[in-house]
Amino acid sequence: MTIAEERKKVDHVDNDQKPLGHGRMLRKEDPRFVRGLGRYCDDVQLTGMLHLAILRSPVAHARIVSIDTSAAEAHPKVKAVVTGAALAELGLAWMPTLSNDVQAVLATDKVRFQGQEVAFVVAEDRYAARDALELIDVEYDVLPPVIDVRKALAADAPVIRDDLEGKIDNHCFDWEAGDEAATAAVFERADVVVTEDIVYPRVHPAPMETCGAVADFDRVEGRLTLYSTSQAPHAHRTLYAIVAGLPEHKIRVISPDIGGGFGNKVPIYPGYVCAIVGSIVTNKPVKWMEDRTENLISTGFARDYVMRGEIAATRDGKILAVRTNVLADHGAFNGTAAPVKYPAGFFGVFTGSYDLEAAHAKMTAVYTNKAPGGVAYACSFRITEAVYLVERLVDCLAYDLDMDPVELRMKNFIRPEQFPYTTKTGWVYDSGEYATAMNKALELAGYEELRREQAERRARGELMGIGVAFFTEAVGAGPRKDMDILGLGMADGCELRVHPTGKAVVRLSVQSQGQGHETTFAQIVAEEIGIPPEDIDVVHGDTDNTPFGLGTYGSRSTPVSGAAAALVARKVRDKARIIASGMLEVSVADLEWQKGAFQVKGDPGRSVTIQQIAMRAHGAGDLPDGIEGGLEAQICYNPSNLTYPFGAYICVVDVDPGTAQVKVRRFIAVDDCGTRINPMIIEGQIHGGLTDGVGMALMEMISFDEDGNCLSGSLMDYLIPTALEVPDWETGFTVTPSPHHPIGAKGVGESATVGSPPAIVNAVVDALKPFGIRHADMPLTPSRVWDAMQGHPLPPI
Amino acid sequence: MQVPAPFEYERATSVDHAIGLLERLGGEARLVAGGHSLLPMMKLRLTDLEYLIDINDLHAELGYVRMGTDEVRIGAMTRHRELLESPELAALFPIFADAERVIADPVVRNRGTIGGSLCQADPSEDLSAVCTTLNAHCVVRGSTGERVVSMEDFYRGPYETAVEQGEMLTEIRIAVRPNGSSAYAKVERRAGDWAVTSAGAAVWMDGPVITDARVGLAAVGPNTTGIPEISEALRGQEPTDALYARAGAIAAASCTPTTDNRGTADYKRHLANELTQRTLRRAVDRVQAGVRGDIGRDE
Ligand SMILES: Cc1cc2nc3c(=O)[nH]c(=O)nc-3n(C[C@H](O)[C@H](O)[C@H](O)COP(=O)(O)OP(=O)(O)OC[C@H]3O[C@@H](n4cnc5c(N)ncnc54)[C@H](O)[C@@H]3O)c2cc1C
Repeated sequence: MTIAEERKKVDHVDNDQKPLGHGRMLRKEDPRFVRGLGRYCDDVQLTGMLHLAILRSPVAHARIVSIDTSAAEAHPKVKAVVTGAALAELGLAWMPTLSNDVQAVLATDKVRFQGQEVAFVVAEDRYAARDALELIDVEYDVLPPVIDVRKALAADAPVIRDDLEGKIDNHCFDWEAGDEAATAAVFERADVVVTEDIVYPRVHPAPMETCGAVADFDRVEGRLTLYSTSQAPHAHRTLYAIVAGLPEHKIRVISPDIGGGFGNKVPIYPGYVCAIVGSIVTNKPVKWMEDRTENLISTGFARDYVMRGEIAATRDGKILAVRTNVLADHGAFNGTAAPVKYPAGFFGVFTGSYDLEAAHAKMTAVYTNKAPGGVAYACSFRITEAVYLVERLVDCLAYDLDMDPVELRMKNFIRPEQFPYTTKTGWVYDSGEYATAMNKALELAGYEELRREQAERRARGELMGIGVAFFTEAVGAGPRKDMDILGLGMADGCELRVHPTGKAVVRLSVQSQGQGHETTFAQIVAEEIGIPPEDIDVVHGDTDNTPFGLGTYGSRSTPVSGAAAALVARKVRDKARIIASGMLEVSVADLEWQKGAFQVKGDPGRSVTIQQIAMRAHGAGDLPDGIEGGLEAQICYNPSNLTYPFGAYICVVDVDPGTAQVKVRRFIAVDDCGTRINPMIIEGQIHGGLTDGVGMALMEMISFDEDGNCLSGSLMDYLIPTALEVPDWETGFTVTPSPHHPIGAKGVGESATVGSPPAIVNAVVDALKPFGIRHADMPLTPSRVWDAMQGHPLPPI
Repeated sequence: MQVPAPFEYERATSVDHAIGLLERLGGEARLVAGGHSLLPMMKLRLTDLEYLIDINDLHAELGYVRMGTDEVRIGAMTRHRELLESPELAALFPIFADAERVIADPVVRNRGTIGGSLCQADPSEDLSAVCTTLNAHCVVRGSTGERVVSMEDFYRGPYETAVEQGEMLTEIRIAVRPNGSSAYAKVERRAGDWAVTSAGAAVWMDGPVITDARVGLAAVGPNTTGIPEISEALRGQEPTDALYARAGAIAAASCTPTTDNRGTADYKRHLANELTQRTLRRAVDRVQAGVRGDIGRDE
């Protein structure tokens, strides 16, 4: 179906077509959201519940001399005041991060970033808790901070992590990929080498709902129930068991409706642990919800890579190799959420969508006096940075070769017959038809015509830019042989139970933050067993009621849990087939499946529906030999590889020559995520990601002054885009199924966030071509674009 | 959710009641109008007031745009939205509609008031620049009577005004002069953001000649004096590109921007120049078209 036909369907027909499986349908979860009846963490009200507020460091780096809590404790509504020293007595002052580092729950020795947790108060209401924070008197001995990442390893830089034994510098880790010598040899003989310094500034996920928790510790049973804003409830439960020493079967983590995550809700934050401790010490349920400023200044940021990129090519535009040297700012604690063997996430895919002879990446990660985190924000484990780097480099090469950026990309794409394609950094791309997707985007954009228009406008002194980007994503972590988080394998469980009347419930470990899981997973199961999606309930976000699995991030839900859902449904279908053979008194081989019913081959009059089979499975009477009653199954799916969605994006911008303001006029996004389960949901994910891309490319950045004060602590300072900054998205698609995924689906949640920033920046830089600009860093605010127009584009940090 | 420190709350029922409360409660009391500047500061605990006097019930008394033959009077409680949607104001001073279209967002404009805007005295605030451009005067009332002060005297520095303890701003007055028009332009990083820089211009003409002109800037330092050099440079001249360029250069030279997240000082200076030229040109176009309000609104 063409995109125009699809559009027509959306616009003119009720788009809830009630497919018996894959297809466009309205989201099952939306009736409660659009009525304001979602149930979020902050909606949880328990009897006797108290409120917790956290005192945070006003400075970036200081030794704590003393903390006096007596005035706060005297506040009539205060129930408990807890400091790092008190936690240390319980052995809870420090906790492991997702990257095998440790992070202070409450600072004991030093504070290491502005906004770091220093003490907490539990009080009868939120106001009193907040008032009492002002009564805590902390004396700080202020130390010089490390803010400029480029100076973090200087000999005289103050050592931030003196809590780590023998630590004498701010070095966090080194990482390398590819073959250095082979790459150097290729660079040696290349006709053309282009080098560019490229910064991907620190940004923040800024979900609408901030992070929070309600902890309810039952002293008698020794049981902890924790409602929390978690994208990964099972992983969190196991970590609480390890950190707090609570037996795992006595911990229940409930992740209710979540108002946006984007990776921000993957880590365990000190606040969650404080809420648990608060409930234990007061013997009451305790709620902690951070405010907007706390969310922006203290929780998992993203990016913050300072990259030098190099690309080598022949004079006629055959790309030979890429290499890069990256300085990564990980903040005060390494809180990166990435598989253990991948400290730089999946940055290794920086070779992009191109067939190269060699590649090499080197990275040094450092500690600075800034908030920890480092992977969050719809980045597919650092692929956002990787794709941005290579797509900027390819454009820089096109600039130097004076070649059209589309032609240059087309010439270097990995060709369809080369898949599965092993990159020079060891990733095995599963399937791709890159030129097809690119051609589709060119057609939707009217590329030739746009270039003609651009030439005319340029002649009139107008600044129009056309940006092209092509990305390959690597999502669906991951095969348990190489991927784990703190020793937890990244395989996902799934359970499916069909009730006697043919309705079903599917239980999953992943947790939706807006992705529409309650619909998509019902559709995946529906497609396999022919029960309508509206008859399938999706249960998630509660560790007591779902099987183990690692959660939702890195676009992994459909590639991993989606595969599990399809396979568990097939398992149920296989059993249903045997029961059907008994009901119809034919052999299993004589039955054929017709979505929703088994029919005797060649005899349409003789069939039984899945609903009839379900009743038989639970009913009276004999079942075939060896078949137990009931119709349910369980599975744990271990992916054999990641899936590799891709896309071709084209952006058109106009820059006001007088004020340097950028207007995104058009954006064409052609995505290939393999089999499309619910096209409407896919488009929604793409629209959101593209909007995100506009934010990062044009306005978003977490910035600091030289003392380490965070200058982006509110949504007046940290700008996120509105409807007025984005054009009417023009989306298209191709379908190249994943060969190893049971239904051929690839993840799509982060595609647009990965692919759009380079397209937009490429467009702005293209618009500035008359000024002789080859590169300008994000965020391309009017002031920074104007700087570029004056001939001195500056890095943002 | 950000929560403010404890405070007492009273609702004023009349201007006199409000002034009485201000006198009685003293320095720890503050008026709240639309609350869109004050409440965020309270939630961030950047202000330590003890009493909040809500003057929203005074909207009937102080929410108006009164068109006189030689003067327009705007009540202090007139909301942004009312300024935006007033056809009379759009006809006479299109600068208001130009500015209101780019101040904040509909939610803020539904509540925020012109009185609160001027009393907040934020140098990035747009209506102060508008009022400066139009040479507006402010009526300040206390228990002993009223004073009328120019914008220049009203504004004492960032976040500081001529409104003394026990007083409030009740009205803004703008003189009506024939053959004039005005315009406003703002550069923002994103819709609803405060200005990186903005400029307002008002011109009055006699045939082809400019008889008087004023320019007001926002977000580039104190912005309520107007720029007399520009007025002098334009008076008696016929508008040309060269004249606009001269005015722009004077605007750039006479402002004092600082570098921050919104932009560098150099860029803001450049914008003062660019936007001065753009708004002067548009104001002149509007005068010449004889239609004051609707020329170039959507450019
Ligand atoms: C998200 C957001 C974006 C914004 N963007 C812009 C923008 O782009 N441009 C812009 O110009 N403004 C912007 N504003 C500010 C907005 O215009 C406010 O409404 C305005 O600054 C204050 O008006 P208010 O009625 O809300 O005042 P309040 O917040 O109620 O009061 C502000 C101050 O004035 C005092 N006060 C109020 N009325 C009187 C009176 N009659 N007499 C004496 N003192 C009084 C109060 O005591 C207080 O000190 C923005 C605000 C928000 C929240």
